[in-house]
Amino acid sequence: MPAGCPPHSTTASLPQHGDRGFPFAAAAAAGQAPPRPRPAAAMQFMLLFSRQGKLRLQKWYVPLSDKEKKKITRELVQTVLARKPKMCSFLEWRDLKIVYKRYASLYFCCAIEDQDNELITLEIIHRYVELLDKYFGSVCELDIIFNFEKAYFILDEFLLGGEVQETSKKNVLKAIEQADLLQEPRHEYFNVPVY
Amino acid sequence: MALKMVKGSIDRMFDKNLQDLVRGIRNHKEDEAKYISQCIDEIKQELKQDNIAVKANAVCKLTYLQMLGYDISWAAFNIIEVMSASKFTFKRIGYLAASQSFHEGTDVIMLTTNQIRKDLSSPSQYDTGVALTGLSCFVTPDLARDLANDIMTLMSHTKPYIRKKAVLIMYKVFLKYPESLRPAFPRLKEKLEDPDPGVQSAAVNVICELARRNPKNYLSLAPLFFKLMTSSTNNWVLIKIIKLFGALTPLEPRLGKKLIEPLTNLIHSTSAMSLLYECVNTVIAVLISLSSGMPNHSASIQLCVQKLRILIEDSDQNLKYLGLLAMSKILKTHPKSVQSHKDLILQCLDDKDESIRLRALDLLYGMVSKKNLMEIVKKLMTHVDKAEGTTYRDELLTKIIDICSQSNYQYITNFEWYISILVELTRLEGTRHGHLIAAQMLDVAIRVKAIRKFAVSQMSALLDSAHLLASSTQRNGICEVLYAAAWICGEFSEHLQEPHHTLEAMLRPRVTTLPGHIQAVYVQNVVKLYASILQQKEQAREAEGAQAVTQLMVDRLPQFVQSADLEVQERASCILQLVKHIQKLQAKDVPVAEEVSALFAGELNPVAPKAQKKVPVPEGLDLDAWINEPLSDSESEDERPRAVFHEEEQRRPKHRPSEADEEELARRREARKQEQANNPFYIKSSPSPQKRYQDTPGVEHIPVVQIDLSVPLKVPGLPMSDQYVKLEEERRHRQKLEKDKRRKKRKEKEKKGKRRHSSLPTESDEDIAPAQQVDIVTEEMPENALPSDEDDKDPNDPYRALDIDLDKPLADSEKLPIQKHRNTETSKSPEKDVPMVEKKSKKPKKKKKKKKKKKKKKKKKKKKK
Repeated sequence: MPAGCPPHSTTASLPQHGDRGFPFAAAAAAGQAPPRPRPAAAMQFMLLFSRQGKLRLQKWYVPLSDKEKKKITRELVQTVLARKPKMCSFLEWRDLKIVYKRYASLYFCCAIEDQDNELITLEIIHRYVELLDKYFGSVCELDIIFNFEKAYFILDEFLLGGEVQETSKKNVLKAIEQADLLQEPRHEYFNVPVY
Repeated sequence: MALKMVKGSIDRMFDKNLQDLVRGIRNHKEDEAKYISQCIDEIKQELKQDNIAVKANAVCKLTYLQMLGYDISWAAFNIIEVMSASKFTFKRIGYLAASQSFHEGTDVIMLTTNQIRKDLSSPSQYDTGVALTGLSCFVTPDLARDLANDIMTLMSHTKPYIRKKAVLIMYKVFLKYPESLRPAFPRLKEKLEDPDPGVQSAAVNVICELARRNPKNYLSLAPLFFKLMTSSTNNWVLIKIIKLFGALTPLEPRLGKKLIEPLTNLIHSTSAMSLLYECVNTVIAVLISLSSGMPNHSASIQLCVQKLRILIEDSDQNLKYLGLLAMSKILKTHPKSVQSHKDLILQCLDDKDESIRLRALDLLYGMVSKKNLMEIVKKLMTHVDKAEGTTYRDELLTKIIDICSQSNYQYITNFEWYISILVELTRLEGTRHGHLIAAQMLDVAIRVKAIRKFAVSQMSALLDSAHLLASSTQRNGICEVLYAAAWICGEFSEHLQEPHHTLEAMLRPRVTTLPGHIQAVYVQNVVKLYASILQQKEQAREAEGAQAVTQLMVDRLPQFVQSADLEVQERASCILQLVKHIQKLQAKDVPVAEEVSALFAGELNPVAPKAQKKVPVPEGLDLDAWINEPLSDSESEDERPRAVFHEEEQRRPKHRPSEADEEELARRREARKQEQANNPFYIKSSPSPQKRYQDTPGVEHIPVVQIDLSVPLKVPGLPMSDQYVKLEEERRHRQKLEKDKRRKKRKEKEKKGKRRHSSLPTESDEDIAPAQQVDIVTEEMPENALPSDEDDKDPNDPYRALDIDLDKPLADSEKLPIQKHRNTETSKSPEKDVPMVEKKSKKPKKKKKKKKKKKKKKKKKKKKK
C-alpha cells in the first residue's frame, strides 16, 4: 500500500444505513434513546482466559465497539475469577447469562441469552475443549497461546455466528485438516508448536 | 522482479513470526508495553512491503496484539489486502483478522464487498467457507443487502459444508437486512428437509431463532417441526425444536395439548440433562400458557416438580442452581406444587454457594403465605446475622422487604411485627439499603392508619438512639432510616408519648453530621412536633412550658442555620424567624398554638408512582396555548386580607380518627396490652418505669436522679419481633378452636339437612384472620387515569423488523437485488465480471470504482422512489 494513502482516508464515505429500515439507525434518527447493544445470536461471545486473568482467546458474535468489548472482558474476568471453585458455573450478568468452566489453568466463558439452555452451553464448551484436545493432542494453555489462530479456526468450524454449525466432532476435525492441507508448506512454522 | 522476491524472502528471515512475538512478550514481562510498541513499529514497516507473505505475517501478529487490547483499526486496509490474497494461507489469516477487528463502524468495510463475493463463488470450498465465517462476524447492513442473493444461492450449493454455513449466516443477514427474509425463506424452509443432518440442524437453528422472536409468523411450520421432533435423535436439534415449541404454544393452545405427551415421554426417557432441562422448561411454559382446559395438567406439573427436586438434590451445584431456577418459573403459576418442597428450598438457603442461596431466596418470594411469613422471615433474619459478605446481606435485606411488601402487604397479618422487623434491620451497618427500609417505614406508617401509634413509638426510639447517627458518613447507609423516623414522628406527632423528649433528640448537635436531605426533614418535622407540643401546653394552660419549648427551639435552631446544605439552611432560617415571632406573641400572652398547627393542617396521602403521568389532559385544555394572554387590562379579583398563618375557612380539617374508630382502637389496644402482659418475653416500650414514677402523684417528693448515659441502655431494635411469632401462634390456635366449633355446628346442621359434599377441613390462607383489622390505603391515582401500560415496550428491538408475514406470495419488487455492474441504461456494452484487481498498483483505482458503484446504486434507489 502506498505510504501516502492512510487507511483512514475513506472516512468520508461511511456507510449510511438510515434509509434502509435498519432498526438501530431508524430509532436513532427518530430521536429516541440510543439502543443498548442488543443480542443477535444464541451465544453472544466466548472468552478464554487464564487464572491470572490474561485473555487467551475472544470471539464476539455480536458487533460491539472495541471499548465495549474491553470493558465487558475486564468485568467478566474479574467476576469469574472471584468466584470460589465450588460454586456453580452460571451467573447472571447484565441481561445475559454467563456460563463458564475451568479446564486446568484456562477458563472458558460464554455469554448466552435469557432463554438459552445453560447445560447445552456447557456441552458446547466441553465439545470445543475436546476438539482442541484432539487437534493438538492433549492441549495445554501454551498450545493456544502459540497457535492462537488455529484455536480460532477450530472454533469457526464448530460455531458460526454463535450457533453450533457442526455437531459431529469428526466432521469438524476433517474440515480443519483439509483446510490445513491447503496451507502453504513454506508456512509450516505456523503449525509446529515451539516454546 | 525476481530479485525483489529473493530480497523479500531474505528480509523475511529476519522478521519475527507470531511465535517470536509471543515469546518476546513473555520474555519482556517488565517492559511489555515498550516491547509491544517496538513490535508495532516493526509491523508497520512490514506492512509497507510488497511481499504478501510478510504482510500476512504482520497481520497475524496484529491479530494477536488486538486480543491483548491494542488498537489495530489503523491496519484495516492492510487486513483487506491480506484477505484478497489468492493463497488460502494468507486469505485465512486476513479473514481471521477482519472477523476479530472489524465492526459496523469500520469505514473500509465496504471495500470488501466484491472481494467477499469473489470468494463466495470460489471453486475451493474452503475459500468460500472462510469468507462465510468472516462475514458472520462483521456483516453490515450494506454487506447484507449486497451479498444476500449470493448467500442465498450458496444455500443450494452441492457441498453440505457450504450449505450449512450459508444457512447459518442467513440469520445474520436477516437481522441486518430484513427485506431479505421473505425472498429467502422458501429456500430456508427447504433446508429443513436437507439430506445432510448438519444442514438440517443449521436450518432448524435459524428458523428457531427467527421464530422465538416473532412466533406468530411461523405457526404454519408447526407440523413440520412436530415431525422433526418425533423423528430426530440429535439432542442439539431436539433442544432447539423444543425451545421453538415453547415460543409457539402461547399462540396456539391446541399445539400445547399435543406436545405434552411427547415431552413427558422425553422427560421420562432421556439421560441427557440438558435435554431434560429444556423439556421441563418447555412443559412449564406450555402449562403456563394453557391456564385451563387440561385434564391431566397437574400430573405434568407434578412430574416437572419431581424431576426438578431430583436436580436440586443432586450434588452437582450446576444442576441444583438450574433446578431452583426452573422451580421459580413454576412458582408463578402453580405456587401450591412448589410450596410442598419448602423444606428443600429452605435447606438450599444454607448452601455454601452464594448463587444457589440467591436462587433459593428468589423462590421464597412465592412460597410465603399468611401462615408461614413470620417463620420464613425469622429464618432470614438469622441469616442476616450470619451473613459474611455485605452483598449477600444486602440481598437478604431486599428480599425480606420484597417478601413482606409483595402484593400490597398481602401476607402480613400483624403490622407491629413488620415494623419491629424493619427496626431490627436498622442494626445492619454498612448496608446500602437504608433508603429501602426508610421507604417501607414511610409506606406502612402512611398507609396503615391503625399502626401509626406503634410506628411513632418505634421511630421515636430510633431517633433517640445514637448508633444510627454514628454511621452517617456513608451515603445511602443505614442513617437513611432517620429520614423516615423524623418524618413519621413529625407528621403523626399526636401519637407521640413524650413529644418533648423526641423534640430534644431531634435537636441534638450530632444531628448536624447527617446528610443534608435528612437534616432538612429533621428541621421541617421539628416544627410539626413543636406545633403539637404548643397545642398540648396551651390546652393544659402551661404558658411557661410553652415558652420553654419555644426557647429550646430558638437555642438549637441556629446550628442548622449554619449548615452548608442550602435546603437545611433555608428551612432553618425561615423557621427560626417564625419561632422568634411566636416567642414575641407568647410574651404578650397571645394564644398561638391554633395558628401554628394550622400550618400543617390536612393529611398527606400516598400517591401512586405513575399517577402524574396518568393525568389525562382535560377536554378543552390546550397545552400549547398561552397561559396568560400577554398583559391584559382586567383586574385580578380583590384579595381578602388573611390571618397570618391560619386560613379562615379551613378547607380540610386535620383528620382525626372518628369516634367509633377511637373506641375500636381502644378496645384493641386493651386486648393487645393484655396479650403483652401475659407474655413474659415482652419488653414493655415507653413509658419507661422511671418516668412513670415521676408521673404518679405522691411519689414526686422522692428525688429521682436522671442518669444521663451517653450509651443508651436499651439497644433499639433489640430482637423483639420474635415475640410476635409466638403471639401469632397462640392467636391462631384460638381462632382455629373457634372455627372448629363453628364447623362442627355447621356439620351437625348439614347432617340434619341435605347431605352435601363437605370438603376436608384444611387450613388455608383465607382462614387466617389478621391480628388487626387494617385497611391499607391504596395509592391515589388521578381520576379517569388511562389504564394503558404501554411504557414498558422497547422501541429499539431489532427483531421487530423481522416480524414479517412469510406466507404471502413474493412480489417482484421484493426480489433480492442481484449484483449488476452497470445500470440498465448504461449497459449497452455488457461487460463481463469486472476482473478483480489483485495487484497493489491498481488498488486505489479499485477503490474509486467501488465508490462510483455506490453512488450509482444510490441514484438507482432514488429513481425507484
